[in-house]
Amino acid sequence: MKVLATLILGLVLLVSPGSAAPSLYEAGPMTVSDGEAADASERIDQLVLSKLTEVGLKPAPVCSDEVFLRRVYLVTIGTLPREDEVRDFLATEDEVKRTLVVEHLLDRPEFADYWSMKWGDLLRIKAEFPIKLWPNAVQAYHHWVHDGIRTNKPYHEFAREILIGSGSNFRQGEVNFYRAMQDRTPRGIASTVALTLMGERTKNWPERKLEAMAGFFSHVAYKSTSEWKEEIVYFDPTADQEKLYERAIFPDGSPVELEPSQRDPRAVFADWLIRPENPYFSKAISNRIWSWLMGRGIVEEPDDMGPHNPPSNPELLAFLETEFNDSRCDVKHLFRIILNSQTFQLSSIPIQNSEEAAAHFAHYPLRRMEAEVLIDALNEITGTKEDYSSPIPEPFTFVPDDIRGIALADGSITSSFLELFGRPPRDTGFESERARNVTAAQRLHLLNSSHIRKKIKVCPLVTWGAGVCLEEQPEMIEKIYLHLLSRYPTEDERLVTAEYFERTGASSRDLAADLVWALMNQPEFYFIH
Amino acid sequence: MSTPDLNLARRHSRDVGRITQSFGGVPLSRREALRKSVYGSAGLLLTEPFSVRAAQDPLAPQKVAMNSGPAKSVIQIWLWGGPCHIDTFDPKPEAGREYTGALDGTLETNVSGMRIGQLLPGLAKEADKYSLIRSMTHGNNGHETAAYLVQTGRTSERDVFPGSGAVVSYFKGYDAGYEGLIPPYIVLTEPQGRFSEAGFLGPRYKPFATGGNPASPVFAVEGIVTPDISEEQQKERRTLMQQLNTLGGALPGHSALKTVVDSEEQAYELILGDAGKLFDLSQEKDEMRDRYGRTTFGQSCLMARRLVEKGVPYITINYKGWDTHKQHFQIMNRKLPELDQGLAALIGDLSGRGLLDSTVVWCTGEFGRTPKVATESPWNGGRHHFGKAFSCLLAGGGFQGGQVVGATNSTGEEVAERPVYPADVIGSIYGQLGIPADASLPHPQGTPTHVVPDEAEGVPMGGLLKELV
Repeated sequence: MKVLATLILGLVLLVSPGSAAPSLYEAGPMTVSDGEAADASERIDQLVLSKLTEVGLKPAPVCSDEVFLRRVYLVTIGTLPREDEVRDFLATEDEVKRTLVVEHLLDRPEFADYWSMKWGDLLRIKAEFPIKLWPNAVQAYHHWVHDGIRTNKPYHEFAREILIGSGSNFRQGEVNFYRAMQDRTPRGIASTVALTLMGERTKNWPERKLEAMAGFFSHVAYKSTSEWKEEIVYFDPTADQEKLYERAIFPDGSPVELEPSQRDPRAVFADWLIRPENPYFSKAISNRIWSWLMGRGIVEEPDDMGPHNPPSNPELLAFLETEFNDSRCDVKHLFRIILNSQTFQLSSIPIQNSEEAAAHFAHYPLRRMEAEVLIDALNEITGTKEDYSSPIPEPFTFVPDDIRGIALADGSITSSFLELFGRPPRDTGFESERARNVTAAQRLHLLNSSHIRKKIKVCPLVTWGAGVCLEEQPEMIEKIYLHLLSRYPTEDERLVTAEYFERTGASSRDLAADLVWALMNQPEFYFIH
Repeated sequence: MSTPDLNLARRHSRDVGRITQSFGGVPLSRREALRKSVYGSAGLLLTEPFSVRAAQDPLAPQKVAMNSGPAKSVIQIWLWGGPCHIDTFDPKPEAGREYTGALDGTLETNVSGMRIGQLLPGLAKEADKYSLIRSMTHGNNGHETAAYLVQTGRTSERDVFPGSGAVVSYFKGYDAGYEGLIPPYIVLTEPQGRFSEAGFLGPRYKPFATGGNPASPVFAVEGIVTPDISEEQQKERRTLMQQLNTLGGALPGHSALKTVVDSEEQAYELILGDAGKLFDLSQEKDEMRDRYGRTTFGQSCLMARRLVEKGVPYITINYKGWDTHKQHFQIMNRKLPELDQGLAALIGDLSGRGLLDSTVVWCTGEFGRTPKVATESPWNGGRHHFGKAFSCLLAGGGFQGGQVVGATNSTGEEVAERPVYPADVIGSIYGQLGIPADASLPHPQGTPTHVVPDEAEGVPMGGLLKELV
């Protein structure tokens, strides 16, 4: 048996690609030019680094290609890179290959699926309790969101359409914004608008500020039609019995005279909100996007902005805001400059493992994959599908079984796996509804559930692995690593695997299954790092 | 006052401000737990003993400061589908065959004057240990809504309230010092979904559903018991997994990985350690297993008793098959003896072990069934949904036995006296557990909400079951 292990090791060395990286996870130190001609990504790095220097912290090294590829896929499209994509990327010598991957990902169809999921959380896209949009309306709403993301609709237009929407919940998807809230009073609507588009929680506001903003939403009305569950959202000039509109003031304190008989006050509000000089709008979305990509807001939590919660790096936030405005609210522009920064590409292995280092982005944080992303990854690797259903039996909602978790439109359509791994209920629109912690129940599930065991049993890597001869085993191990961890195995890992094979006398099939299982249960697998 | 003091005071007041701010003004733990959850504690089920514990959370003291009541645990036997009240706990032999069908007899119990259905001889011998509520009502005939009503005690259309198991888990689980590895809220064996679950309390308070079948040779509890993998293999694979943890090796002492290690240890304690052995029913004597009946329901009852012995606060047995629109009497002839054997054994066994005084057992479904037999085609002797009147068995945990609360009219179609609504039963159970009626639930919009609905909420109530305490 010793001989076998040695033989395997011998072969290992032959198929191992030449690795120039100083370590598996890190490529080299962060290098920031102080030149004037810095592009936007370099500018981000300058601002982060100068803040780090100011508070006496050092950035982690820049991550390796392996880490970068996996991270940028998971963060940008919620999808693992395929085996061939990993091989190609690692083999390419091109100096700008990271930039090219970013461009590729911004155009992938999964981009729209994944970010519609994120917006679905914030916009509460859900058919049932307690949001109760109804399945047809969910489809219309999700379609509208998905379309906007797919075509990279400028964000100020996206926001404006949400704010001024009128029409049928089945036909005008965006009007469901006004239905997807538990409190449809003018104050309730104002509160939702503040949370969604201004990143502020009105509980932190004086009551009169909320009331002044409510005046813009006191003419929103709803009526049903003869169509089952159809609801029209419309502007009703006579609706405001309280005459809230007479007391309306913009949230920044600037005065306004509303004349509902002339113009829908929502449009007046939208015009004010989406102007580049608005103090809330671009700041809120820039901070949100940063937090989505970087795992933490410059203001944290990203939907708890306001004077009580200052940004950790105000210059950085101001810079992103300017970039966003200058690009005419181009969401992908902000993605691009962040993803291409070395700040995004820092290693997850901290120099200082402190709260302060995390708040100043000295390293990339570890985050567990979202429930939907995790199940999609497991399904993709094992060639399996998932049953999704709504817990409400009627009306039955048909979900094709090859749909990916990230593409599910309706928060009411779910699975026990998604629930276990913290999919948000979409009841409130708070970012914190999504749980990304690791629990013993989750570990139990991945380690030992029949759900996962069945998947591994039919996994193509395992069925193929069952037939490989001894000489091909190193190739099998490598393939499993590329599929699961998006990298080649290290020599140590090959050795451990070979020893396991020798020690347990496992069949080739068992070896493949056990290795797939062991890698699925690695933090390196289920964490974005 | 000196300047440092002022600063201190200012900082303090800001902290207080932060604590009381938003998420709908709810300073309670779901939001807090979620906030911590980047790597932290907003756990499902079993994370809490080793991670951030809400008992140490300044935001959660009110939950910990519970009174203790006589009851420590609850076993809920859920007759899923709606059992017929007049065939079980509220027999109406005088109503005639039109109502009784073939089941026109009754049994005298060991409590004089308290008669029950003819197919429940085991329970007839234990009647001094339980009471019957014969005037349950809520008026809803839809399975989901009625199940929601009975399990939450709420009627709200707008919010999803937690079921009683989640509420007990919230007040008696990890937040309140429960430290068992077995999760505090267990479902045997299949969950019903959200109508009986955590509602707005969030996933942390969901039950752990065992899956598997306790009556089969090996009770394959989901994630814990895997008959096709030997203990040796489990250990070997665990070693392999640990040896391949390259990232973990590069991140010594990282807090996120510390959580992983702790969670994993708990998981393996269940898979390989003593905690998981609790589910091994072969540790019980054959006579004991026979006493409960070798059925899924009977062995679930036995399992529930074992869980109670370990201090698990809430156990639900979801017992399917009571939705008998057709073939009602054939099914009753099959199922009622099964129910009788399991439930009688459970009550008798708990009592024999001195556990009944600290364990509430309640048994009901989402509604009763139409007292008048549907003889027409296609039902041909079936019974339909009946939310207007049904029965509930209630035992232990300090509730008196041998009592009958309320009554229906001569045909079992109307509540004749002392209507009892779901909120009355659930609220009374909370009371026995030491959870006061006005204990607060963390409502997502910050609306002050108590475990037992206030009058202002408009939930119909007939009053807590003071007559049984």
